[in-house]
Amino acid sequence: MPSITREEVAHLARLARIELSDDELDHLAPQLDQIITLVGQVSQVAADDIPPTSHALPLTNVMRADENVPCLTPEQALSGAPAAEEQRFRVPRILEED
Amino acid sequence: MSDLTRKTAAELAELMTSGQASSVEITQAHLDRIGAVDGDVHAFLHVDTEGALAQAKAVDGKRAAGEQLSPLAGVPLALKDVLTQEGVPTTAGSKILEGWKPPYDSTVVKRLKAAGIVILGKTNMDEFAMGSSTENSAYGTTHNPWDLGRIPGGSGGGSSAAISAYEAPLAIGTDTGGSIRQPGAFTGTVGVKPTYGGTSRYGLIALASSLDTPGPCARTTLDAALLHEAIAGYDPMDSTSINQPVPAVVEAARNGDVSGLRIGVVKELGGEGYQPGVEARFHEAVELLTKLGAEVVEVSCPHFEYALPAYYLILPSEASSNLAKFDAMRYGLRVGDDGTNSAETVTSLTREAGFGAEVKRRIILGTHALSSGYYDAYYGQAQKVRTLIARDFAKAYEQVDVLVSPATPTTAFAIGDRIDDPIAMYKNDLCTIPSNLAGNAAASFPCGLADEDGLPVGFHVMAPVMRDDLLYKVGAALESALAEQWGGVLMTKAPELEVTR
Repeated sequence: MPSITREEVAHLARLARIELSDDELDHLAPQLDQIITLVGQVSQVAADDIPPTSHALPLTNVMRADENVPCLTPEQALSGAPAAEEQRFRVPRILEED
Repeated sequence: MSDLTRKTAAELAELMTSGQASSVEITQAHLDRIGAVDGDVHAFLHVDTEGALAQAKAVDGKRAAGEQLSPLAGVPLALKDVLTQEGVPTTAGSKILEGWKPPYDSTVVKRLKAAGIVILGKTNMDEFAMGSSTENSAYGTTHNPWDLGRIPGGSGGGSSAAISAYEAPLAIGTDTGGSIRQPGAFTGTVGVKPTYGGTSRYGLIALASSLDTPGPCARTTLDAALLHEAIAGYDPMDSTSINQPVPAVVEAARNGDVSGLRIGVVKELGGEGYQPGVEARFHEAVELLTKLGAEVVEVSCPHFEYALPAYYLILPSEASSNLAKFDAMRYGLRVGDDGTNSAETVTSLTREAGFGAEVKRRIILGTHALSSGYYDAYYGQAQKVRTLIARDFAKAYEQVDVLVSPATPTTAFAIGDRIDDPIAMYKNDLCTIPSNLAGNAAASFPCGLADEDGLPVGFHVMAPVMRDDLLYKVGAALESALAEQWGGVLMTKAPELEVTR
């Protein structure tokens, strides 16, 4: 039995907002199955009492002084936008039609 | 004047200081070299001829006016296309960012500019730094200057190929699992991954934020150290930046005395799966260091075996989250915005068209590893393995000053050989990944050519956190001893590239 099915891959792609073609799914699903078998090796390590490491170095919250600093102009911020209108990013509709 | 492109960065700096060459002449010589060989090598995605010459002219002007300049002022450099440079196209090797011109400089670029280092252009890479060959670039594969039918390594294959082809004396790479060190090994050049947090990630298009580290690429140890010093140090714009002085890397590279240094050979990084010619050169280099006075012992790091699987859970998890920002709304590609499609549909269509196969594989894998029901078994367990790997390092450093291994299990492979076999591709980074997970400093230095294919082999050194200087000490000792044997650094053995006009 595969560690991940074609249907599961299709579901994950939808969650990740990637529209996949049937050909891509045929290609990706068996590869992901192999990769998941490889990464599944981590379960062989006895680590129940081991604390997780999310980061190599000890992390502390970092704050900066609450002072005004220069930032991008609206023109700069919008310079890479696929579409802009009235100094704003223009986006496709975000609500479903009735 | 002999060929300026054959000089080291330190030599070029000396020529400028003594007035024997100008930065404009040096920059032009490298631009000409790019014009002559990059058709075959394809190290560059964008060459900024005008910008580079303007920077060079500015440095020459300052020098003429008697201004105090930094050690590498006027020396040209190739920049990996994953770091933002204001107004210069930055793609990270992806179609989704084609044509994007960032409105700001990354901290690394700011520091390069402040040091007067001339940026020649942006180098090719695997898309979003996901890969070990540059074959995942949306803009074609870079070719290894030692053998144009082979890959130069990745993800920073463009940066390492550029210096190996004498298109630039220096380059910047980024290392998340080996993307500076593995291409360094494959191209006979030096590649250093500084301590995580020792160089700033601000303006680096993120792959895995807890692993990404910018660092220097060069043809000599001293050049790498000079560049390291120019870009490293605390940056308030990066919340994981280390607020401590930069280790004395240049001093270590000039000194290179390993007498009394305790070196541990990692038992687990060798044997089955390692090419005989790689192991032979590696063991000879260890013997050489012993002759130079180092004390060598074997050290066991039992959890390194699980570094690769842990990495391929942690990295895709972080990447799937980081790459969510490519949603077709604020920058980059937008597909299917026809007035009827919803924003969500436009995002999905854009990501389908804009991302390559490896990026999709890893985003889906990361999404899986983070999904409820799988989180503890995959991502949670991988984080625990990460702790055990860091403990292996800590224990080893109680006994020795640095650890060593081959940089890669094999030499550079043929273009196309592993592109459809993700697992074979991932195994390239067996030796380099543990240092990313633990955050320590590590580097690859050239140590010879494998007998079976005549291709470069890399010697991998791993030093404790913020002991980056120890890397350069070992690298410099090895480099000068080998250069004495060979009558020059390894790069002098590289075949001449055909020059086109």
